[in-house]
Amino acid sequence: MCLAIPGRIEEIIEKDGVRMGHVNFDGILKEVCLAYVPEIAVGDYTIVHVGFALSRIDEESAQKTLATFRQTGLLEEELGAEEPAAKETL
Amino acid sequence: MKYLTEFRDGEVASRMAKEIRQIVTRPWCIMEVCGGQTHSIIRNGIDQLLPEGVEMVHGPGCPVCVTPLEVIDRALAIAAQPEVILCSFGDMLRVPGTDKDLFQVKSAGADVRIVYSPLDAVKIAIKNPEKEVVFFGVGFETTAPPNAMALHIARQQGVRNFSMLVSHVLVPPAIEAIMQSESNRVQAFLAAGHVCSVMGYWQYPPIAEKYRVPIVVSGFEPLDIMEGLRRTLLQLERGEHRVDNAYERIVTFDGNRTAQQLLAEVFEVCDRPWRGIGVIPASGWRLNAAYHDFDAERRFAVTDIHAVESPLCHSGEVLRGALKPNQCPAFGKQCTPRHPLGATMVSSEGACAAYYNYGRYIAVEELTHA
Ligand code: SF4
Repeated sequence: MCLAIPGRIEEIIEKDGVRMGHVNFDGILKEVCLAYVPEIAVGDYTIVHVGFALSRIDEESAQKTLATFRQTGLLEEELGAEEPAAKETL
Repeated sequence: MKYLTEFRDGEVASRMAKEIRQIVTRPWCIMEVCGGQTHSIIRNGIDQLLPEGVEMVHGPGCPVCVTPLEVIDRALAIAAQPEVILCSFGDMLRVPGTDKDLFQVKSAGADVRIVYSPLDAVKIAIKNPEKEVVFFGVGFETTAPPNAMALHIARQQGVRNFSMLVSHVLVPPAIEAIMQSESNRVQAFLAAGHVCSVMGYWQYPPIAEKYRVPIVVSGFEPLDIMEGLRRTLLQLERGEHRVDNAYERIVTFDGNRTAQQLLAEVFEVCDRPWRGIGVIPASGWRLNAAYHDFDAERRFAVTDIHAVESPLCHSGEVLRGALKPNQCPAFGKQCTPRHPLGATMVSSEGACAAYYNYGRYIAVEELTHA
């Protein structure tokens, strides 16, 4: 629950008045809330915790962190934690 | 040493290990507060790379592990009600309550769903207006901003069938409680990088000063932790007690002010019991008056909860750093990740699970003679 995964902002959208975005985690695209990072722009990297971008991070350290997560299988564990019922609501 | 090859950069790691060995002249005891760091330390054998006498004590920083049994039992009771959809992060499902866990309640027919984000729970509430949707909101300061936003949105959009069972815990008061405990051996702390990405580290200088204890903000990867330890040991050897930031690429002194603002709007500080540790004053967040309507504890008046811990489990001592997981007589015998007796064996961030998963079966005798 405590891991924060780095991803790249692909698109910023507004949904019901909330700043949201599509974030690319190593090829997996997820909808993420961007309300806490008002300064962030498309192409930036951010660390995401349970569907929320919490801070900006530079690309190099994002790639390094992703590589470690990939190696340890943590990426799937964190991103895969949902059932079909929840998936359809995304 | 056999885990050394698993470092992303084994060469850098061994160079850092060497540097650390050169710094150290005396035994020291350092606590990593965060469960994510515990996991990384044990997985990569970082504790075994350290010079003899430098001991890592694993702190209470796994939210799954410290959520009080009484709160788990309450979640189980709420989930079992027919009109309820209980949403939670996956790692809460196997946490043992007094006589069952959420998985068992789910197999018995309750609607328990794993979500990726608390916003998904709000969406489920909007889609199922005839149901009561409850989100199980636990965690440290890192998980609180998402929960605060879910509540803020639910309130703004008038989602009346949504509520949250909140049991948030805070890191700085836990550090103070550890320093105040009479049996304390901890001489320095690695502060949890991701908590600080939200909260910054402005809360720590008064603590470092009051208890004359170095606090070093550190990341999660092996090299981040090594760097945190190097800076910590430098301070210890020099007799300093400052707050240092070894995770500059993510953490700033101020933290995320936007998030802190909403946190203050939604939550208020409260005393909080920690599983295995007891009540720590002003160590948690609960919903404040403006959000009482969204408080699952008020909405579902669950009474007669009699939480009883397994008598075999020593997770309290493990969480306080008084006992290493493999010193618990039940470790790997009656208690395994498949049949956990305590929360520290459930979550991959729990110290007992980390020791089990990475083969730390060393007998107690070996450990004390090591
Ligand atoms: S090994 Fe199991 S029984 Fe022992 S302290 Fe850890 S969780 Fe409790």
